[in-house]
Amino acid sequence: MNRHQGRADLRTRRDVLTLGGAVLAATGLCGRLFAAPAAGPRLLVAFLRGGYDCANLLVPYSSSFYYESRPTIAIAAPDATSTTGALALDADWALHPAVRDSVGGLYLQRQAAFIPFAGTDDLSRSHFETQDSIEMGQPKNAAHDYRSGFLGRLSTVLQGAAVDAAPIAFTEALPLSFAGATTVPNLSLKRAGKAPFDDRQVQLLSDLYAGQHLQSEVASGLELRQVVAQEVAQEMQEASRAAITTKGFELEAERMGRLMRDRYRIGFIDVGGWDTHVGEGGSQGALATNLASLGKGLQAFAQSLDAEWRNTVVVVVSEFGRTFRENGNRGTDHGHGSVYWILGGGINGGRIVGQQQRVSRATLFQDRDFPVLNDYRAVFGGLFRSMWGLSAKQSGQIFPQVEPAGLGLI
Amino acid sequence: MPSSTSRPMFKPAACGLLGLAAWLLSGCAAPPPAAAIRHEAPAATLSRADAAWLQRLTFGIDSASLQSFRQLGRERFLEAQLGLRGAVLPAPVAAQVDAMEVAHLDVRVTLAAVGAERQRINGLAADDDREAARKLLNEQGNRLSYEAVRRDLLRAVYSPAQLQERMVFFWLNHFSVYHQKAELRWLVGDYEEHAIRPHALGHFRDLVLASLEHPAMLQYLDNRQNRAAHTNENYARELLELHTLGVDGGYSQQDVQQLARILTGVGVNAGDAPHLRRELQGQYIRRGAFEFNPGQHDYGDKLLLGHTIRGRGFDEVREAVDLIVRQRACAHFVSTAIARQFVADNPPPALVERMTQTFLQSDGDIVAVLRTMFLSHELDAAAPKFKDPQQFVISAVRFAYDGRPISNLRPLYRWLGELGEAPYGRLTPDGYAATEIAWASSGQMSRRFEIARAIGSGNAGLFDAEDGGKAGGGGFPQLSNRLYFDTLEPLLSAQTRGVLDKATSQQEWNLLLLSSPEFNYE
Repeated sequence: MNRHQGRADLRTRRDVLTLGGAVLAATGLCGRLFAAPAAGPRLLVAFLRGGYDCANLLVPYSSSFYYESRPTIAIAAPDATSTTGALALDADWALHPAVRDSVGGLYLQRQAAFIPFAGTDDLSRSHFETQDSIEMGQPKNAAHDYRSGFLGRLSTVLQGAAVDAAPIAFTEALPLSFAGATTVPNLSLKRAGKAPFDDRQVQLLSDLYAGQHLQSEVASGLELRQVVAQEVAQEMQEASRAAITTKGFELEAERMGRLMRDRYRIGFIDVGGWDTHVGEGGSQGALATNLASLGKGLQAFAQSLDAEWRNTVVVVVSEFGRTFRENGNRGTDHGHGSVYWILGGGINGGRIVGQQQRVSRATLFQDRDFPVLNDYRAVFGGLFRSMWGLSAKQSGQIFPQVEPAGLGLI
Repeated sequence: MPSSTSRPMFKPAACGLLGLAAWLLSGCAAPPPAAAIRHEAPAATLSRADAAWLQRLTFGIDSASLQSFRQLGRERFLEAQLGLRGAVLPAPVAAQVDAMEVAHLDVRVTLAAVGAERQRINGLAADDDREAARKLLNEQGNRLSYEAVRRDLLRAVYSPAQLQERMVFFWLNHFSVYHQKAELRWLVGDYEEHAIRPHALGHFRDLVLASLEHPAMLQYLDNRQNRAAHTNENYARELLELHTLGVDGGYSQQDVQQLARILTGVGVNAGDAPHLRRELQGQYIRRGAFEFNPGQHDYGDKLLLGHTIRGRGFDEVREAVDLIVRQRACAHFVSTAIARQFVADNPPPALVERMTQTFLQSDGDIVAVLRTMFLSHELDAAAPKFKDPQQFVISAVRFAYDGRPISNLRPLYRWLGELGEAPYGRLTPDGYAATEIAWASSGQMSRRFEIARAIGSGNAGLFDAEDGGKAGGGGFPQLSNRLYFDTLEPLLSAQTRGVLDKATSQQEWNLLLLSSPEFNYE
């Protein structure tokens, strides 16, 4: 197919999609997906599944104990003359070389901050148990309710206050974080293609479930699929002009950025592959590759939001940190305290924030892991409070029994 | 061809000219018939309860299972299924399986060859040569891993031993491994065939031990790296949390560490036996590529779940597994998992309790536990259960082609990948969820409808050659077949019938039927 034909196809497809919008609006399925964005904050939560090794992301380079504990995988201390090594963030902490240019660049522009010693009071050291408890965000002593996630409650609170919440999960399945909210559309942007059904078929498929249990899932799923097909068509048109094409997580993140810029306010994405029990690597290797891809993706996300980046906050979390000492396989095992990242065009960044301790053997939790000094619910609660100006009552609905932490980032 | 001689299943009256035009425009080989004749529903269509029961015991009803059920009735049908092992596949399918490389593979030889090839590649001087050799090796791994999937799917679709096949899938997911790690692409076929399948309707303890001794599990959860004074807890933790006791099963971090010590030296070796001190040589064990290396074992005593396990070699592992699988927590955890798969997302506690009792009294006899479940009144009383993607895709193919052997399984594999439930594709060891909430999100529903369309349109290439060669034999499946009228049609709501009546082509009718609530719940 030559370029000319390609454009003709796209135009036809867009005409059809416009029609799709009209049909959906007429049947009442339209709603928020097509609503024009009003002013207000946007939030993306990126969940690093597997427990990423935070001690090699945010390197405690002033600690000799760090270098003693990691004979083969430690990241070398920053060297002011190097432009490729770890990036010194302050006198104690340095950033992994793999994200030096991406996230490090944001940090230098005060658009990134890190919260070390962050995490949960869950001590199971189980991926699944800890991920679930973070996503539910419920008090430890209460019975778990798997039908209620913290982003679900945030959406509900905002919608209750008539604030535009427009949630979306960029995942194949709906994450537990969003449980309990009125239907949250989800779609992985790894694979996105043209619209699969015409408007009449969309209607018939929706009719099959009208008035039934999965009614809203079916309708919003079909609807979102049409929207994304439109975005991808636009992207292809733009790509045919620009020479550079992005791939992998970077492309996915770029698409996420555009969708959030145009339509959504609360997003969620999973990034996997962090369970580095064996052969983790140091400045280079498995973890470095994964970090580099994540960093580039987040940078692309920021760029594709354009001016909306100033209103956007990205929070990067993981279920736990890893053992401070490397294990017998040049890797690390399940630990406890993690490092969270906060990024955003309008944040008061360029800082390491939250409660901190010197890194030494004496301050390790159970002589094994980073301790947790900054409870994740207090961190999120504080962010939400400042981003949306929530009352104490509203905060309490999202994170019961938690005093939101004021980290001065927003 | 399934479509050429059949009539459309949408009512001509409801289609009118528009339907006729769409029919002609669809380019389909089948002409619209002058008068549509419906199959007369037989006097004894399956009752709603029987249909649901049979759906759950199988990968979806086909004519063969329906006929067998009608002859035998519930209890005898169940006993027949519980007793079937290695049932005979239809000849063309058996021939496909037998022609697979994975069916004739020795794990030890294969692992040794892969290891040697990796060494050779690392020694190559030219980058291009290294790259080319790596690519070849990867292709071999991908081919073998796909063959394992293909064999699983062929058996699921065509084996008369449907319950055994469902349990093979269930246990593969319970003891989940991920094919992209280490050498697992070369191992998953053997893992299924020799660790899981022989015990799928056997004793739970044997399943635990068979997975514990398989290189696939030992590589996947890193136990081959678990050595005295260099412990790796990964497998020990998941063995307790995911395979046997469950996260609330009453064990502690201490127990995980102790079990990790017990498992030191349990690993994989496809090469030469290690040099051992004379007093340890009698302790050395090797079966295939599985190895217990006493030189890497921690011989101290351990305290597991309150019991002292005297340090003495691999017998510690057997003692530990015996101890673990006889815990009430294990019986309860496994019974809950089975009931969640077959009965309800939140299985009735009374049923789980009876299954737990059966498990404890029978020392973990899976057949006994299944019998308790399948003959329970709770199963009949359960609300319809949402099909997970594997159940949806496999049941759709069984329903659409009803025993007719397909030759190309790649579309099925791709669909399962798109729906997020590809065999051996779960990255994390918790396996795929059995609950509706994991599979019925908005994005998954619309993806499912796309796959319903692909199956219903007959354009997926299921009758092409595996290597991509077009073989014809296409055309769309005839879904308003006898099976439909005997099983599904009586269950349709007025709402679904109303939507089906609006279909303007047979393919669209197929799409709508496969997308309907009645097909997506069982």
